[in-house]
Amino acid sequence: MNLLPSLAGMAAAVTGHLALPHIDYLSILPIMIMLGGAVAIIGWSSLLRRPLDVTWVTSLTVLTATAALTMSLFQWYSVLHSGAHTHIDGAVVMDGFSVLVSVLVTCATFVSAVVGDSWLRREDVRGPEYHVLMLVSASGAMTMGVANDLIVVFLGLEILSIALYVLAAFNPRRAESGEAALKYFVLGAFSSAVFVYGIALVYGATGTSNLPQIADFLARNVALHDGLLLAGLALLLVGFGFKIAAVPFHLWTPDVYQGSPTPVTGFMAAVAKAGGFAALLRVFVSSFHLLRADWQPPVWVLACITLVLGAVVALLQQDIKRMLAYSSINHAGFILLGLQAATARGVEASLYYLFVYSFMVIGTFGVISVVAGRGDRDHGLETYRGLASRQPWLAGALVVLLLAQAGVPFTTGFVAKLEVVTAAVHGGSTALAVVAMVTAAIAAFFYLRVGVLMYTPAQNGTGEDGDMAAALGGAAPSSDDPVLVGVGEAGSITVGALGSAPPVPAGAAFGIALCVVVTVVFGIWPQPLTAFAHHATLVLAP
Amino acid sequence: MSVPASWYLALSAVVFSIGALGVLVRRNVLVMFMCVELMLNAANLALVTFARQLNDIGGEALVFFVLVVAAAEVVVGLGIVVAIFRRRRGTTADDLHLMKG
Repeated sequence: MNLLPSLAGMAAAVTGHLALPHIDYLSILPIMIMLGGAVAIIGWSSLLRRPLDVTWVTSLTVLTATAALTMSLFQWYSVLHSGAHTHIDGAVVMDGFSVLVSVLVTCATFVSAVVGDSWLRREDVRGPEYHVLMLVSASGAMTMGVANDLIVVFLGLEILSIALYVLAAFNPRRAESGEAALKYFVLGAFSSAVFVYGIALVYGATGTSNLPQIADFLARNVALHDGLLLAGLALLLVGFGFKIAAVPFHLWTPDVYQGSPTPVTGFMAAVAKAGGFAALLRVFVSSFHLLRADWQPPVWVLACITLVLGAVVALLQQDIKRMLAYSSINHAGFILLGLQAATARGVEASLYYLFVYSFMVIGTFGVISVVAGRGDRDHGLETYRGLASRQPWLAGALVVLLLAQAGVPFTTGFVAKLEVVTAAVHGGSTALAVVAMVTAAIAAFFYLRVGVLMYTPAQNGTGEDGDMAAALGGAAPSSDDPVLVGVGEAGSITVGALGSAPPVPAGAAFGIALCVVVTVVFGIWPQPLTAFAHHATLVLAP
Repeated sequence: MSVPASWYLALSAVVFSIGALGVLVRRNVLVMFMCVELMLNAANLALVTFARQLNDIGGEALVFFVLVVAAAEVVVGLGIVVAIFRRRRGTTADDLHLMKG
């Protein structure tokens, strides 16, 4: 009855001394653009009678991502000239680190949007939801990059994850898609709950959830009974471990990667990992730097088993998406090397690795999405036998991207692996660096296996295959000419004259070409990107 | 007369453990959702207790964020369950075995 007056009274009492924080909108402008773009697209399409055309949605998404990318670069300029700052009452930070994460995520969204465009057309999915959810999810990852408070990290994590749960379930015609979404959801929600409990314990132990204030507290107080704090730290590590798919919290990864629509898998591997690692690096290296003697050993063990299990189990896989899921676990181990070093150099190396890995993995899954054909079903390794003779450009792109993932020189993957291993050696964990190198050698084997398979001629065992080979032999020379127009050109590229080898759609071709170009160009000429990562230091430098 | 804060924390730890165990042991997806809710609410209880102890309103503010996020999470989760239920009868996690793992 008298609840309302009392509430009003409370509000008045509160507003009496409630000082709203000053909001510097530049610090969150890229995030606002991504969210605003998502709202605009879904609002506009809901006003129309028919579903919005995919071309429109893709164009708008690309435009939004480009605008956010431009704003991120503007932020970069601001950080270079006036230094790093915290904004909105210390909840959000604008430093080189956050800008690099924003740039990474917007680029990943850009490429995923064009790759996803081809998938949507092939599967005949109407409506803007795919792109809208991707934009929302990306804004979550960017929030994790700028977060300077544990609760902002949590909000970013949830914005990222909840949109991804829906994206994983996005293919209504495949039962695996729903199953993947449910598995991802249950384990994701479980890890979020663990993460929140970790926040609660850290808050209880330090009296604040603000990252610099936590660091400040740890610098001023020597905790005699720090059980609460360490328990909180352990729970935070478990929560992050699920998101970045570190062993033993990786159980969802193969199933979810396999079941999700293929472009979504690429986006998930790039952006969810980037968001998770961004927050993990910031929380552990900047806030809990003084406790590094406590968290470095567990992270050492985590990195070690993640590296080994990811590489070894990937050898046994017969499904390319499962294989790449384990390979992404192996990559997570490499990125953990940078965290384990707990130095500025380690953070820099991890960021660089994340940046180049996102291009490699989105491109790789783009190729897989094209090869899988209508229905997104053919993911067996045998599908790739003889791909080079059917679709030489596609096979070439996949080889380049897989070699980059293996860490072959003259690709970005080589520089990335070199950087993290060097950081680990400088950080004093030479044994871990050796383990990483050994697993890189193991991993090279399964990447090369796919490459060799693609350049092995298709078997003439069954009649159909024989016909295909015959058709290929007869018509291949004439069909090579259209390829010369270039991969990045608009319009379909007709590769091979086989009826069963569909032309690579324009969107996917553009996205894959972009990934290959970034991977090769910055592999040969790594200075710009390494310099970018070098300046992307944390506001609270260790 | 007042209950010491440590009791609340102990209760929160117990509820969290029940929730975690439930997610890992129970096979019905809806029960698993409920167990996740238990875990989140255990965290909320801990946050409020710490906020009282520290005499700081920050912890109580965090609870609102967690509540909203929990609600959003359940909406999506139930949506996924409905989508799967259209294909098959029942919501037992063991039925979901198209993919190994």
